Amino acid sequence: MTKSPVLILGARSDIGLAVAHAYAAQGHPVHLAARNAGSLETRKTDLELRHSVPVTLHEFDALELEDHERFADALPELPGIAVSAIGFMGEQGESENSPAAAVQVLRSNFEGPASILAVLASRFEQRGSGTLVGISSVAGDRGRATNYVYGSAKAGFTAFLSGLRNRLARKGVHVVTVLPGFVATQMTEGMDLPEKLTAQPEEVARAITDATAKQKSVVYVRPVWRLIMLIIRNIPEGVFKKMSI
Amino acid sequence: MRGLSGWGNYPVSQAQLLAPRSEAELKRLITESPSVIARGNGRAYGDSAVGVPTTLHMRHFNKMISFDATTGLLVAEGGVLLGDVISAFLPRGWFPAVVPGTKFVTLGGAIAADVHGKNHHKDGSFRSCLDWVEVMGPDGTVRRCSARENSELFNWTAGGMGLTGVILRAAIRLRRVPSAWIRQQTTPAANLDAAIEIFERSADATYSVAWIDCLAGGDKLGRSLVMLGEHAGLQDLSYAQAAQPFAIPRASRRTVPPVFPSFALNRFSVRAFNAAYYWAGARKAGRQITGYDSFFFPLDALLGWNRIYGRKGFAQFQCVLPLDSARAGLRALLKAISAAGQGSFLAVLKRLGPQDSPFSFPMEGYTLALDFPVNRRSLQLMQDLDRITIAHGGRFYLAKDSRMSRDTLRAADPRAAEYAGMRQMSGLHPSFQSAQSQRLSL
Repeated sequence: MTKSPVLILGARSDIGLAVAHAYAAQGHPVHLAARNAGSLETRKTDLELRHSVPVTLHEFDALELEDHERFADALPELPGIAVSAIGFMGEQGESENSPAAAVQVLRSNFEGPASILAVLASRFEQRGSGTLVGISSVAGDRGRATNYVYGSAKAGFTAFLSGLRNRLARKGVHVVTVLPGFVATQMTEGMDLPEKLTAQPEEVARAITDATAKQKSVVYVRPVWRLIMLIIRNIPEGVFKKMSI
Repeated sequence: MRGLSGWGNYPVSQAQLLAPRSEAELKRLITESPSVIARGNGRAYGDSAVGVPTTLHMRHFNKMISFDATTGLLVAEGGVLLGDVISAFLPRGWFPAVVPGTKFVTLGGAIAADVHGKNHHKDGSFRSCLDWVEVMGPDGTVRRCSARENSELFNWTAGGMGLTGVILRAAIRLRRVPSAWIRQQTTPAANLDAAIEIFERSADATYSVAWIDCLAGGDKLGRSLVMLGEHAGLQDLSYAQAAQPFAIPRASRRTVPPVFPSFALNRFSVRAFNAAYYWAGARKAGRQITGYDSFFFPLDALLGWNRIYGRKGFAQFQCVLPLDSARAGLRALLKAISAAGQGSFLAVLKRLGPQDSPFSFPMEGYTLALDFPVNRRSLQLMQDLDRITIAHGGRFYLAKDSRMSRDTLRAADPRAAEYAGMRQMSGLHPSFQSAQSQRLSL
């Protein structure tokens, strides 16, 4: 049986690439979508050599909203699974001082991913099948002083995915929200992350392939994060505002 | 800066681990740092891949570049794991021509250590399946080298412990195999002489290795289980196996708890383990069909097995003794080990074939590998083993070493001085240094 193709949005990211490898290893053809897609040529060859699956490259910019319909039309076929690994952390200090920088973070983590998933959602809905995977963040579970601009965009995206799942549940389309916690990627390189709480991109990828296979809805890549965020969400505001976490 | 060590968790050095993602970035790090060393997957036992202060984590260079399905030539970046090569190409009937005892080693690491496998007596070391290597030198220039082109660089790079530059890409030849199964023949050998006799008789076997009970003494000194292996053909397989010759049921992987209690490891438990292993093996002696994974990489199934030795870590001792003095040398080594009561869970004896490359470990003879938990007594014992090895004309495997002295290496291996001289002359010395190369003045 030929497996359905998987579209990776934000395919240049470490998590996006790891997800591409994980699906390709299961025999899925892969469409890699990213800015400057031509530079992913060596990644395409690597994926094809390792997994003997067809891989295609697609130019895609999450922030060019008016282009999203055209992007979806231009895909060789409507994928069975689409994974958004789009994200941009920015720098909190910069986001606080420059509205333009903050908007960039908000658009990259919320507006862009939500827009393209909305476009794909209506096509999946029409077809009556498919899985949409959004990689959000535990940072969206509660705003913290150290990264609330990024966190609030992810909060918006998490709510968007939740609503989308609710809307499409009866239409045969499944929506997965992935909350990775700390991941050792280019985005977090140089940050001092606690080793025991930090996942590798391959771990996130495995969580995603598992979640799509088992039709899970909200996945914390490392289960301990569910507990950590439960606690953090429930700290009374009066206490929380005096804390620095 | 952080504490960084090799697979043996000993010694730990303060190092800065940088992970370049492009050749341009790599070039900048090499040219701007006082000295660097590349690190693959950290499977070298000691400090060969620990750069003080700068260590280059090379795992982002992990792309496969091309594969020729007529010749089996694979071109890939240095950070690709041998395990990745196997998972990609074994289902298509190809297997690396030479594999060490772990598949979690990068191509770059396998080249730098010029690893050998259970087929060294027939096929030589990793170098023998290398068509070419691309190395980034001190000024950031990438040079391709092979037996014909830049052959001096090629010769020193294979087995050069990363001290000739950073291995970026390589072309390795894979071999065609009929299945993912191995036809294994296990023969108990009552003592060292019997084991050697089996090896000498089995020169035709593609793969051979012995697990040796290093705590047995007296007339049982050197008792072993000798294992021979061939790639199984379809006729060797059961109907179900032959229907899908490259599909092997996934073995369960176990992970060792972060810190294994050290009281579990003492001379009594090791002696009991060794004896039990020998008798279990002797009972099951004979022919069997086994998966490639359990034949080549038995320890890989136990992820994090290095933690068995606890926080202080462990050290490996691996030497090779030339053929004519091997018997006497091995006997002396085993006697010293057995007398010290410092046994090892994993002691491996292997017949190596001839090899004449400038700085690679193997030579025609017998190699003995053991590991010991790091403590004062075992460090003392290993110094005794060093002396016995040198007295018998043997030399040491740098990929396993974590504690040798400069003088020991110089006494065992005249090539070390030559290598160090070449590094000085060609200006490689200041740019590429590991904690090990500093310790050994390479």
